Amino acid sequence: MLLEVDLEKRFPGFGSRVKFTLTSSRCGVFGPSGSGKSTLMNMLAGLVDPDRGFIRLNGKTLFDSDRKINLPPEKRKVGVVFQHAHLFPHMNVRKNLYYGMKRRRSGGGDIDPGQLIAVLQLERLLDRRVTRLSGGEKQRVALGRTILACPDLILMDEPLTGLDGQLKYQIIPHLQRVFNEFSIPILFISHSLHEMRMMTDDVLVMHEGAVARQLTTEELARAEACTTGGGYINLLELDVDRDHGDLLSYRWGEVELMVVKSHAAPEGGRFSLSSRDILLFKKHPEAASARNMLACTVRNTYTTEWLVGVELDCRGNSLIAEIVPQSVHELDIRPGAEVVAVMKASAINRLY
Amino acid sequence: MFSLTFDDITAIKLSLQVATSATLLALPLGYGAAYVLAFSNMRGKALLEGLINLPLVLPPVVIGYLLLLSFGKNGWLGAILGRIGINVIFTLKGAVIASAVVGFPLLVRSIRIGMESIDRHYMTASRTLGAGWWDTLFSITIPLSYKATLAGMTLMFARSLGEFGATIILAGNIPGVTQTIPLAIYQYTSTPGGDAMALNLCMVSIGLSFTVLLISEAANRAMGVSRAS
Repeated sequence: MLLEVDLEKRFPGFGSRVKFTLTSSRCGVFGPSGSGKSTLMNMLAGLVDPDRGFIRLNGKTLFDSDRKINLPPEKRKVGVVFQHAHLFPHMNVRKNLYYGMKRRRSGGGDIDPGQLIAVLQLERLLDRRVTRLSGGEKQRVALGRTILACPDLILMDEPLTGLDGQLKYQIIPHLQRVFNEFSIPILFISHSLHEMRMMTDDVLVMHEGAVARQLTTEELARAEACTTGGGYINLLELDVDRDHGDLLSYRWGEVELMVVKSHAAPEGGRFSLSSRDILLFKKHPEAASARNMLACTVRNTYTTEWLVGVELDCRGNSLIAEIVPQSVHELDIRPGAEVVAVMKASAINRLY
Repeated sequence: MFSLTFDDITAIKLSLQVATSATLLALPLGYGAAYVLAFSNMRGKALLEGLINLPLVLPPVVIGYLLLLSFGKNGWLGAILGRIGINVIFTLKGAVIASAVVGFPLLVRSIRIGMESIDRHYMTASRTLGAGWWDTLFSITIPLSYKATLAGMTLMFARSLGEFGATIILAGNIPGVTQTIPLAIYQYTSTPGGDAMALNLCMVSIGLSFTVLLISEAANRAMGVSRAS
């Protein structure tokens, strides 16, 4: 995907001036509310007319004030998944799903609706009225409806914000499966760093109506960890392994992690682990209450405002620990050093 | 004893004919006006709204007289229509026009309230899914404002059945041609010994209006279209 944007839009009391080029097919727009994310989305989709500038998607001009081009939304092939699903209330799930597909202009993709419905696990909901769906189900239908219209780009406007707690993250695997399977570029708009890290590779950071920074999501996560004060959060993808009574062991690549049992049905998923809950030892601590002790190699270190981030290699997996500068000095931590990372089973929490 | 004369039956038929024609004639225009009032941000909207609602507050006789001036031989509309051989004064067409103008604000008001309760995001969603403006109108906006439209049509139909002031001025009170139920009742009450006949037509009028309400209520329920999301 190649998205070139240079736009200006003034509202009373708020101005937006954005200029960027995106090539990655998993991009994010990150920023607090009021930073101009929604304005940008509406201009890309053709729902708000910019004052000046251009939008080019894969070489096709969607808007150009100089050349007097302004394609209407239905001709842009830019799909939108809104924060609230906005499913058509007078149609059932099936009709909602097929709404865009029926209106697809020639030259559309070749997405098989049956396959998509299976990936989104919507088979059992097809004849249901949309008013009788849960929030997560509504979002899945909205996503399916947008994908079946075969857009060249999908804008996702805070699609998880309306969902609460666990539900929020339960939809993430569906999203990832769909975008892996159907390879449609996305622009994921959110103010949540967790969501950003799970859904995107590159990010535009918006601030007061302009693009403040353009960087990789991982860089953003590290930078945000210093400024927000919460510390860097490791996101681990784990596969279930064995049940040990009170604990569950999960496979993380080649290593095994012990996690406190919290779910009735243990299954794989995504877990969070704060970089500040990881202790580093120079030698293996023979007896300790912590359940996880992993031999790692230091790959790299970087300094944050008042801590040092240590990037560890655990047999191929990446892990980041944050420690105070004195410890770095005393333990002689530098690239290539061997250390043991220790964390409690209760420090690893399930996201979904 | 309840009995209807031939003229009474003609008056009932004419009333139904006038009310149906006026409602159907006003529907496309009324829907368009409601759409503009509900969704557009154009300048002079308040003026347009006032103009549309004027018949609601003006005495019907005033409307009838203004229509008579416009559609008369020397009126600007009358002159245009006269050139293609159409005369509306003292004809059934005149009765239909009078009813359409008087009932129009009721129709627009109902549809507009229904439209304003539609979340506009449904329309933007359909546009981003590849539906053009007309497509969106027919597949989203109209189905979602169906109930309100039906309610507006019912209201207008009932109002047209009862139209008197504007009709008598524009279309006159000619039995068998432009005499609708209210006009017939008026004639009976001004004729000695016509009280019983007037009362009969009153009963018919009540029955008709009530039937309209029942039908609209039933249709409303049968459609089962819920706007709740």
